[in-house]
Amino acid sequence: MTKDNKFDFSRRGLLKASATTGLIASSPAFFMRNAWAEEFVNNPGNASEIKFGFNVPLTGPYAEEGKDELRAFKLAVKHLNGEGDGGMLNTFKPSMLKGNGVLGKKVGFATGDTRTNTDAARSSAKRMIEKEKVLMISGGSSSGVAVAVQSLCQEQGVVFMAGLTHSNDTTGKDKRRYGFRHFFNAYMSGRALGPVLEKAYGNDRNAYHLTSDYTWGWTQEESMKATTEGFGWNTTAAVRTPVGAGDFSQYITPVLESGADVLVLNHYGGDMVNSLTQAVQFGLRDKQVNGKNFEIVVPLFSRLMATGAGDAVKGIYGTTNWNWKLQDDASLAFVKSFGAEYGAPPSMAAHTCYVQTLLYANACEMAGTFYPPEVIKSLEGFKFNGMGNGATEYRAEDHQCFKDVLVVQGNENPSNQFDLLNVVETTPRSQVEYDPKIFGGELGPYKV
Amino acid sequence: MDAIFLQILNGLDKGAAYALIALGLTLVFGTLGIVNFAHGALFMLGAFCAVTFNKLLLISNKVLDPTVTMFKAYKETPYLEIWFPDIGPTLIDYSVPLSMLLAIPVMLLIGFILERGLIKHFYNRPHAEQILVTFGLAIVMQELIKAIFGANPVPLSAPDVVAGTAAVGDWFGLGENVVYPWWRLIYLSFSGLIIFAVFAFLQFTTYGMVVRAGMRDRETVGLLGINIQKRFTIVFALATMIAGLAGVMYTPILPPDYHMGMNFLVLSFVVVVVGGMGSLGGAVFAGFLLGMVQSFASMTEVKEILPGIDQVIIYLVAVVVLLVLPRGLMGRAGIMDE
Repeated sequence: MTKDNKFDFSRRGLLKASATTGLIASSPAFFMRNAWAEEFVNNPGNASEIKFGFNVPLTGPYAEEGKDELRAFKLAVKHLNGEGDGGMLNTFKPSMLKGNGVLGKKVGFATGDTRTNTDAARSSAKRMIEKEKVLMISGGSSSGVAVAVQSLCQEQGVVFMAGLTHSNDTTGKDKRRYGFRHFFNAYMSGRALGPVLEKAYGNDRNAYHLTSDYTWGWTQEESMKATTEGFGWNTTAAVRTPVGAGDFSQYITPVLESGADVLVLNHYGGDMVNSLTQAVQFGLRDKQVNGKNFEIVVPLFSRLMATGAGDAVKGIYGTTNWNWKLQDDASLAFVKSFGAEYGAPPSMAAHTCYVQTLLYANACEMAGTFYPPEVIKSLEGFKFNGMGNGATEYRAEDHQCFKDVLVVQGNENPSNQFDLLNVVETTPRSQVEYDPKIFGGELGPYKV
Repeated sequence: MDAIFLQILNGLDKGAAYALIALGLTLVFGTLGIVNFAHGALFMLGAFCAVTFNKLLLISNKVLDPTVTMFKAYKETPYLEIWFPDIGPTLIDYSVPLSMLLAIPVMLLIGFILERGLIKHFYNRPHAEQILVTFGLAIVMQELIKAIFGANPVPLSAPDVVAGTAAVGDWFGLGENVVYPWWRLIYLSFSGLIIFAVFAFLQFTTYGMVVRAGMRDRETVGLLGINIQKRFTIVFALATMIAGLAGVMYTPILPPDYHMGMNFLVLSFVVVVVGGMGSLGGAVFAGFLLGMVQSFASMTEVKEILPGIDQVIIYLVAVVVLLVLPRGLMGRAGIMDE
């Protein structure tokens, strides 16, 4: 018996036909996952490898920090490509990273030297975008550089995952849609340090500020003044000092006469090393004012830079974004991996750069594309854990990461050459949060 | 009054550092006619002689810290302290002044090699070429130091006995808050001593007299049968040694890093130009003058009236001096007039 009726559907046939139709109907969406492929800068297309651009200070005063950042970037790339022990890839949650590159493409990188100079940093970032075809720029050790490069990345349509930048402006008045900061900021340092200072030194103090005369210094001073005045300290004076002054004696001697009993050094890097060393030489730490011991505070402490100040850091309070002595699983995994690779613990600058690289890679996986607006949307409001700072969130409104902040103190009795700082307090995230509107700024458009 | 007194001390201290570097620069320019942009780097090399000496004294027995397992971390005890418990710690404590024993021969040798190996080939070349080659030399020296010691500053301390502050207020009947670090006072005295020694050498020795004559008229001195070139080589080595010693003594004040010479170089050139090219007295006078002016411009009371004046005052003074006295405060006719 032959079947004459061509339209004789069986139930099974109908199901098969429906499934086939569904598959065909959905296939354009599958193939169109990168339908915006042609529309963005440095679209890798079918290339088997993508490149990240690591823009770090390899010369100039922050060169050691830059070298450490680069070490961390290389380690992150290694882990993303499935080499080594995986480091924080094993602890990062929720993560779509599998150790097979990003979206199936092997990760490579190009490097640039910021020289801690805004013009040099912008020019090396531009070179990496235009010549090396990098998809993302990261790194840096200065807020001035971060703000400049972030602005360039917005113009170019390339995501910027900031390195060490602590000014409120980076995710405040100078924030950009294409810029993201994992590192904490000056406001958070002030909020975290305040209660510790009040507890240690009381609420009847006169503070004298010496401040680096650029964006980071100004916001650090503003944040410290707001916090300390909030619990009763009086600000005797706030003096701006030129960046790279070298000899700070002419700024320190007026402190002796001012009646102040606390010196807040809103200095970082070489300036911090020099001003702290010289403040100690001028006998400030042995001084008694108003019946109280004179104290020095360094709001932003970096272990790597603190080595330059030698014994002068002992007992000094400050804050840090991360410390290699933390005992959570993620920090242990990172320190183990970094230590095995380089024979030394990572700095906080290295930590933030490593984390930023993984976060960007994961955002691409989440978005299923390298198309920047989609990657940005994946990062905005992203909540994660297992990166060494506990529960963390990339706030959508200003692209600032919110997490716990560490208050540290210079170690009086170091047990080894890396044991310079002790974590004395972990300030919960809720204590350092703020309304994004207070620092102003506009993120700008997704599409450029 | 107390504040003014402290700023005078600051000015003298800063001026001493500027004058000491500028003195060497002027000596080289006055004798060899070379504009030596590597002079700041020589100051930095001197500082790193002190670092090297300190590191040699601190060669340590390293005991692994058992609490750190993920990389090698050590608790270090210098062998000097283990082998010579009585004198070892004292030697380490005095490492900065003792490092002059290393710095003097090393800097003299470096000066000699530089002059014979490089500088002498540029005597008759335009100043622009001299600047280029010496600036290049400075960068090479910087990068070498960075490669060996890293980019971070290296902390060095003054001996404990002079690590504190002197109650200078008591000495002059001023307030008890008027104190000043002993080491800075030592640096000031050291600078004065070196400056005096250089002037005495040039003024009161036959050798110095010949050098001064050579500075005035090299050709005539040569015609008298004196090998002025040989003497100038020694002068270059001496200038190198002075820059090096200034660097050694500055290490407890400013933790040395590879870039420290460049920071001083620019200011020292301003000092030389303001003092008058080739004038030793001018360099010393201008060094102290600019150090003093910079200190007073940094006072809060001054900055409240003229914000940021501390960052430009030296250059403003330079502009005014050069407008009024184009050859500088004590410049002579014929120097760089061509």
